[in-house]
Amino acid sequence: MIRKLMASAAIVAVAALGASAQTYVVEGKKVWTGTDAGTIENGVVVIRNGTIMSVGPASTSKPEGAEVISAEWVTPGLISAFSRTGIIEVDAEDSTNDAVAALSGFSASLDASDGFNPDDTAVDVSRLGGVTRVAVAPQPSTNLFAGQGFIADTSGAQDTDLTSDAFTFITLGEGGAGLAGGSRPAAWAQLRAAFDDARAYPTRYIAGGEGDVLSRRDAEALAPAARGRQLIVIDARSATDLNAVMDLAESNRNLKFAILGADEGWRVADRLAKLKIPVIVDGFANLPASFSQLAATQENAARLDEAGVQVAIVNLDDSTHLARLMTQIAGNAVANGMDWDDAMKALTVTPASIYGLSGYGILAPGANADVVAWDGDPLEVTTNADAVFIDGEPQDMTSRQTELRDRYLSLDQTDRPYAYVKP
Amino acid sequence: MALAAGAIFLAACGGSGDGDGPAIKPFTPNEPFDPDPYPSTYVAYPNAPVLITNATILDGEGAKIEDGSLLLQDGKVAAIGADLETPEGATVIDASGRWVTPGIIDNHSHLGAYPSPSVSAHQDGNEVSGPVTAEVWVEHGIWPQDPGFDRALAGGVTSLQVLPGSANLFGGRGITLKNVPARTVQGMKFPSAPYTLKMACGENPKRVYGYGNGSFPGGAPFSRMGNMAGYRAAWIKAAEYKRKWDKYSAEGGEMPSRDLELDTLAGVLAGEILVHMHCYRADEMAQIMDLSKEFGYKVTAFHHAVESYKIADKLADYGACSSMWADWWGFKMEAYDGIPENIPMVHNAGACAIVHSDSDIGIQRLNQEAAKAWADGKRVGIDVPIEVAWEWLSLNPAKSLGIEERTGSLKPGKMADVVIWSGNPFSVYTKADQVFIDGALMYDRADNSVRPVRDFELGQPGEGDMK
Repeated sequence: MIRKLMASAAIVAVAALGASAQTYVVEGKKVWTGTDAGTIENGVVVIRNGTIMSVGPASTSKPEGAEVISAEWVTPGLISAFSRTGIIEVDAEDSTNDAVAALSGFSASLDASDGFNPDDTAVDVSRLGGVTRVAVAPQPSTNLFAGQGFIADTSGAQDTDLTSDAFTFITLGEGGAGLAGGSRPAAWAQLRAAFDDARAYPTRYIAGGEGDVLSRRDAEALAPAARGRQLIVIDARSATDLNAVMDLAESNRNLKFAILGADEGWRVADRLAKLKIPVIVDGFANLPASFSQLAATQENAARLDEAGVQVAIVNLDDSTHLARLMTQIAGNAVANGMDWDDAMKALTVTPASIYGLSGYGILAPGANADVVAWDGDPLEVTTNADAVFIDGEPQDMTSRQTELRDRYLSLDQTDRPYAYVKP
Repeated sequence: MALAAGAIFLAACGGSGDGDGPAIKPFTPNEPFDPDPYPSTYVAYPNAPVLITNATILDGEGAKIEDGSLLLQDGKVAAIGADLETPEGATVIDASGRWVTPGIIDNHSHLGAYPSPSVSAHQDGNEVSGPVTAEVWVEHGIWPQDPGFDRALAGGVTSLQVLPGSANLFGGRGITLKNVPARTVQGMKFPSAPYTLKMACGENPKRVYGYGNGSFPGGAPFSRMGNMAGYRAAWIKAAEYKRKWDKYSAEGGEMPSRDLELDTLAGVLAGEILVHMHCYRADEMAQIMDLSKEFGYKVTAFHHAVESYKIADKLADYGACSSMWADWWGFKMEAYDGIPENIPMVHNAGACAIVHSDSDIGIQRLNQEAAKAWADGKRVGIDVPIEVAWEWLSLNPAKSLGIEERTGSLKPGKMADVVIWSGNPFSVYTKADQVFIDGALMYDRADNSVRPVRDFELGQPGEGDMK
């Protein structure tokens, strides 16, 4: 399902040439692999042709002529398990916001990848923060069914590696209740009816019939999820709402779920673990922000993890421009009881597992070469990503933010206006 | 009857017995109106002497003391140094491996005014009925049962300014609170802190009014031009109002009629109410500095100020603080040029830098926000010692609130508003272990009996949990 965005032949050719020849050696005082190899002291990662060739101790053989990058820490590229990076430039400017479509007649068939813009400035900012892949979902607009999410890299290239229809996104809880007409019963009535529509696709539509909730196109788009062939990411917060989702999962064993939010997940952690439903949490959520989050605590991620639930950590506060703060949030999860290794997995291995990205989120021979070199512990707030590789290629480490910074770094009077200072 | 002009617009909240701050003359029926009708009832909670030893202490004024001791006595910082004698009856806290700092002061919060849970009935932070609502006071919209105050306390916040929102050109009066649980807002008010006035630049006022979807409230301003005209028209009215009252104070005669909106604006012109202005763009801040000169007042702090780095030299010359996030950007057009080095770049230009939250989540870890900015500055050659960078969190916000003589650093004689951190507070893994306000232990991470639970959370799932 890898779909290349349209790109000029010339750009593709240059990129391909760059990828074919280069070999890189990334050395780290600590190399966190995300595998059974654990953290390797004075480790080495060898990258060639977009793939990791070897990961090992200092004695690992380094190809001659390879460019060497040295860092304090080396990790796999981070994967944001839930983001809007690339589909919103400026939230408040509708003309640049492709996440929401309040006036559209469509719902489940809205494909977020149609709104992806690799030139979006937040793509660069995310990459500079060590985030190499983002799972991006549309925002629910007219009913529970937000539409189709995608996975993209953060290279910012016009030929960005992008997988569309990676998951379908559904909102329940208070938000879903509002969208469905005003109550949880309305939300569940809509959900059940829509699943029936999708399962009856195309039969009932060919016969000229209409869906109870979904139009023909929306039913077609929801059909894979409703038949268990596509991941459903579903937003639910309270223990009661989470149990309702788990009831649905238990009575529809073929469906594949991941739960977004799950602020009270710790209260139902054992059941989530038993049903093997992964959760995508924002570890900062610790306020009774609504009546669905009364028991929210910063220890949620740690407690879920302890119970054996697969936990991915994201920043839901500004998932567009600050997806990169997932490292700070994971660090806080550690400060609130989570195992450090599991917190790292919550940014790498677990999102890869949730989205079925085999060979991502780890440093291992044969894995895809998304690699980040850091100047310290990647979860520490004072740490910076010094170098980022995507598909084995070293990435540009400038953004519009770094250019603005460099223009104004020195406010010494110059003879000419700042507009002539071009970093 | 002759009154000092200042007395009429005197804005300070009355102290009530803790002896801090200027004494406020009690209101008498002979005076035209009570300048402090909702006085603070906060009194420091009982506290025994506490000696904190073996700590890494940041005094909040640029000094770092290794293996230091800090004595809290009678609600005040009594002594700070290497070796201090243990007074009789003092509790000794061995803070080996731990750090001690002044309490964090957030000068931009909406806690209580936009409390948790964020239900429709709780939206008390913006009086959107018109672009100029200087007549409203945010303290009248604060719900003291907001659990967010407790979360902020667990993050080491000992004082905070609650501001009205930024819908209006003039949003109303802000208030400075001690972060102590109380049944009433008056029980939280920082004794004798000056009042503040919230103003707002840019997109918000023109969106809320001019582009209120053609419906309520509608009307001006439609543009940044309209914003400026709105401020100027209001200041002209305020100056006229103040003239009338000044004349009355000096000469007596018929008492002018009173106007709540103009009371506040005249208080600014009298220099008694501090202006805190939401302003993102550099060019707008420059216009506002000129505006303030046109009408003879001062902007104490620009808030959000995401483009302060572009005019940090001008802000230093003028003498306004910038109250900033570490890294928020891009959510609206006027935030588009936000950069993570804003705070250190402002500091580097010699201007007053403050880390603020504007968030019930961000307020819980302002130390981490400062740490991010500090590290981002260092990476581009702005190497600020951590003991100096702490001024962004305590002393500078205290200055912006007019309370720097009484809190914001660990200078002996100041309020004992103190945090003991589990380690270096610029690390993500560090947490506030204990928080003292006026020398009283108000939060202890290790002791459930010293962790407050507001009414709202009683009887609810998760009551009393480690949050």
